[in-house]
Amino acid sequence: MHNEPLIVVEDLGKTFVLHNAAGAAIPVFQGLRLDVGPGECVVLAGESGVGKSTLMRSIYGNYLPTSGGVRVLHDGAYVDITRAEPHRVLEVRRRTLGYVSQFLRVIPRIPTLQLVMEPLLENGVAEDEARERASALLTDLRLPRAHWDLPPATFSGGEQQRVNIARSFIREYPVLLLDEPTASLDAENRAIVVSLIRRALAKGAAMIGIFHDHDVRDAVATRLFEVVQFKAAA
Amino acid sequence: MNAMSQIVEPLPLLRVTRLTKAFGPVVACRNISFDLYPGEVLGIVGESGSGKTTLLNCISGRMQPDEGEVAFATRRLGLTDIYNLPEPDRRRMQREEWGFVHQSAREGLRMRATASANVAEPLMNMGGRHYGRMRAETERWFNRVELDPARLDGQPRLFSGGMQQRVQIARNLIHGPRMVFMDEPTGGLDVSVQARLLDLMRELVRDLGLAVVLVTHDMAVARLLADRLLVMKQGDVVESGLTDQVLDDPQHPYSQLLVSSVLQI
Repeated sequence: MHNEPLIVVEDLGKTFVLHNAAGAAIPVFQGLRLDVGPGECVVLAGESGVGKSTLMRSIYGNYLPTSGGVRVLHDGAYVDITRAEPHRVLEVRRRTLGYVSQFLRVIPRIPTLQLVMEPLLENGVAEDEARERASALLTDLRLPRAHWDLPPATFSGGEQQRVNIARSFIREYPVLLLDEPTASLDAENRAIVVSLIRRALAKGAAMIGIFHDHDVRDAVATRLFEVVQFKAAA
Repeated sequence: MNAMSQIVEPLPLLRVTRLTKAFGPVVACRNISFDLYPGEVLGIVGESGSGKTTLLNCISGRMQPDEGEVAFATRRLGLTDIYNLPEPDRRRMQREEWGFVHQSAREGLRMRATASANVAEPLMNMGGRHYGRMRAETERWFNRVELDPARLDGQPRLFSGGMQQRVQIARNLIHGPRMVFMDEPTGGLDVSVQARLLDLMRELVRDLGLAVVLVTHDMAVARLLADRLLVMKQGDVVESGLTDQVLDDPQHPYSQLLVSSVLQI
């Protein structure tokens, strides 16, 4: 059993420059360091606006950091998400690095079951097995079977959120970024998501999360991380 | 970490190096370089006049650049400068290994031939002689692009815009190309027709592992289909990167303007 970190954030800095607002610069953080090992769930703490989501998006490669690097262990070797070629980043996202946001950003015309199967099909899992695993997960998440053949566009916020969670957890990513995954869920569904998170941690996943719900946070966090300690000077 | 776990980096399918093309004093493409990998969808975005269609024409073998190289990994020769190939060889490679979906079906189809003749033509060009087999394959592709096989013998000029694009897509995929060029493939279609066509294209690209170069001025189309983007302005690539990174955290003043100009509904 090796315990090298799955995520290594090194001297990360991010400043937004708004060229169409007279080049206004908005510094967020600088010199930020963070390692996350297998089985760890690091919860980002601090008030809104402190840069928690910016940090998560920078780790995912969705935002481009101004300085520093983010190394993610992929197939036994580190890949620096901030410098790797796009096709390499997509490869890491396909198999290693997942991101669960509070919003379902998928194509609204595709039936729910198909949406949940899609990540498995992309990774070469056979159609039958993908259908079986997607059905099992949607059942765990208590999404009514009558919904499975419908596109989620007309679902309630909580139902869409569970489709989103199913899509993310079905792949069993070794590294998972959780951006308020329980935001629009009731207590019972929150508990189900907590058990999914714990199951993944027990299997050795590394996670970084933002949770405003303190019960969820306390149930999954292995430690807290204050982003504000790396606040960049304005 | 042992040698077994090392990933073999895939070789690029297309390598564009320092490509420049001018029309008189107007430089349409200036010193552009990029690689495209198998299965990758590259979106070229920018407003009209930015040079994106010229770039597409140069890299698809339809317009010789003034400077620079366009190399494609052909099945027989590996990475080869396509403009150094003898003309017949280049044409054969275009026919057999590429597809090209035009914005206007009038450019991509014979409007007065039957739809099935249009779709089967690439098979005949590649030496197909067995009528029954080609007919069956054509019918299979009609179903694949969700066209009613009852329309096999209809003329595309009598089809709706969305159906014409489906015929074009079938025609450009039936021969199993590894790379497909698309020039505003959903431009000029009704929004609902456009949406269904995009779903279909997304599915085909994933299932067939196609490499695609897609020119579009529509950021929503780019986000849906492209893995990464080149942003062009007045002949220059001003920014490139992962699609979601370029759209969510654009760096260049022009990309920021382009993204912030999209109307939210």
